[in-house]
Amino acid sequence: MAGQLLRYGLTLRLYALTLRRFWGTAIAGQLEYQLNVLIELLAAAANLAGSLFILSLFFAPSAAGGSSPALGGWSWPQALVVQGIYTLLDGVATTWLRPNLGAIVTHVREGTLDFVLLKPIDSQFWLSLRTLSPAGLSELALGLGLIGWALPRTGAVVGPHQVALALVLLAAGGLILYALWFLLAATSIWFVKTWNATEVLRAALTAGRFPVTAYPPGLRLLFTLVLPVAFLTTVPAQALLGRSSGGWVAGSLLMAAISFALSRSFWRFALRHYTSASS
Amino acid sequence: MVRVARALLVSQVALMGEYRAEIALWALSGLLPFIMLALWRQAPAGAALGLGPEGLDRYFLSAFLVRQFSVVWVVFAFEEDALLGRLSPYLLQPLHPLWRYVAAHLAEQLTRLPFAAAIVALFFAFNPGAFWWPSPGRLLLAWLATLLAFAIGFLLQSLIAALCFWSEKASALERLLFVPFLFLSGLLAPLAAFPPGVRAAAQWTPFPWLINFPARLLAGLPVDAAAGLGAQLAWIALLLPAALLLWRAGVRRYTAMGA
Repeated sequence: MAGQLLRYGLTLRLYALTLRRFWGTAIAGQLEYQLNVLIELLAAAANLAGSLFILSLFFAPSAAGGSSPALGGWSWPQALVVQGIYTLLDGVATTWLRPNLGAIVTHVREGTLDFVLLKPIDSQFWLSLRTLSPAGLSELALGLGLIGWALPRTGAVVGPHQVALALVLLAAGGLILYALWFLLAATSIWFVKTWNATEVLRAALTAGRFPVTAYPPGLRLLFTLVLPVAFLTTVPAQALLGRSSGGWVAGSLLMAAISFALSRSFWRFALRHYTSASS
Repeated sequence: MVRVARALLVSQVALMGEYRAEIALWALSGLLPFIMLALWRQAPAGAALGLGPEGLDRYFLSAFLVRQFSVVWVVFAFEEDALLGRLSPYLLQPLHPLWRYVAAHLAEQLTRLPFAAAIVALFFAFNPGAFWWPSPGRLLLAWLATLLAFAIGFLLQSLIAALCFWSEKASALERLLFVPFLFLSGLLAPLAAFPPGVRAAAQWTPFPWLINFPARLLAGLPVDAAAGLGAQLAWIALLLPAALLLWRAGVRRYTAMGA
């Protein structure tokens, strides 16, 4: 009788302990997550503050006085719009591109890409939009906030026309950004360890923090045709400010169409060379 | 002691040699100073710095080089080792585990050397006017300052790495260290461009001593070498005991992953 009671007591204690462990780890995991979100938010805000500080150095009042300083023909609030669009696109990259396309490398290495390919759904779609990392949402909000703050101060008349055009060009820029990331991630079919090629891409894309006209002519050409940074930030900003020209709009749409088509056909081409993990 | 150090270095160099392609890509991802150089050269604010066009070129090239040879990634390597349980055997060895990471970093820098040299050669090919030979004294001082900058960066990250003993995701904290480093170190703009108030405040953080000071030494720009080296040594004197103490406290509560 006493022994049975003892056994019940022990089982109960075991369950209580396990339950405590379960809840403890669950809460710890949740806390970890909250802390991470807090850290990401703090880092994003500090990153934006630092970027604005560096940008402001280019607008330091010169000792000689004269006309108000400008960066490549862009005034301070106008340059802030570019900075805001960059922050927005960076948020897109953190929220969707990095977690999803980073997983491609793991899928290739561990052979789980097979399971993705077997699903009755487009593999590029599945791989590109599978997850979402909330860490980048703060950057999206900060970018939008900065654009909203800076735009009225540029003195530009912003009508529904400009906003609509800017949204189209922003979507085109997003598509170009996606295609660049996806092309790099797709090369992991052959090289497996190409993930830090995306670090090179990220470093190069920071050029988009500044209006493309601030660069010397050679780099301007490079950032328009080879690494189309100009279409990511400068062209949508021009549209918002009512300074866009038909040539740039057409160029942006064309570049987006080409990049997207290229990413699709490159993925098909890459899959033809895919031989799974162990073969 | 010397034998241990040699064995450790030789094995790490061999290991890093296997990752040549990756390290080349890392070297390439350090191109940010060149993008900033292009901006500073075009902008009127760049001319107002009083460094002259060659001075700007040399500053940013030096900043690139200093960064290449003071990159620290101990927190990421350590976090992986701690999570995968590789740390346990390291702790049993009669050698402080941090030495293993120091050797890995030095080996990685050695592997990086040819790629960094290639980028420098390319820079001078496009920009022959900027070419210069630092005087032997300056070169020695700059090398020493870069080494000390690496030591400060390594200690700072070791502090965060030691937090891995408490939290599984301490590397997220590294971002909070990297952001002020990026903007205050002089990688994106020479400290001379900062407004006086910000510059004075930045001098009290470790960051300008990591890039701005060694880069100015290497570029042959006017700089107070004694004050700079003194500040670097002061930071090391502050950070070294802190990192070791935190590490010891962490090891005491370490129970290996899954235990």
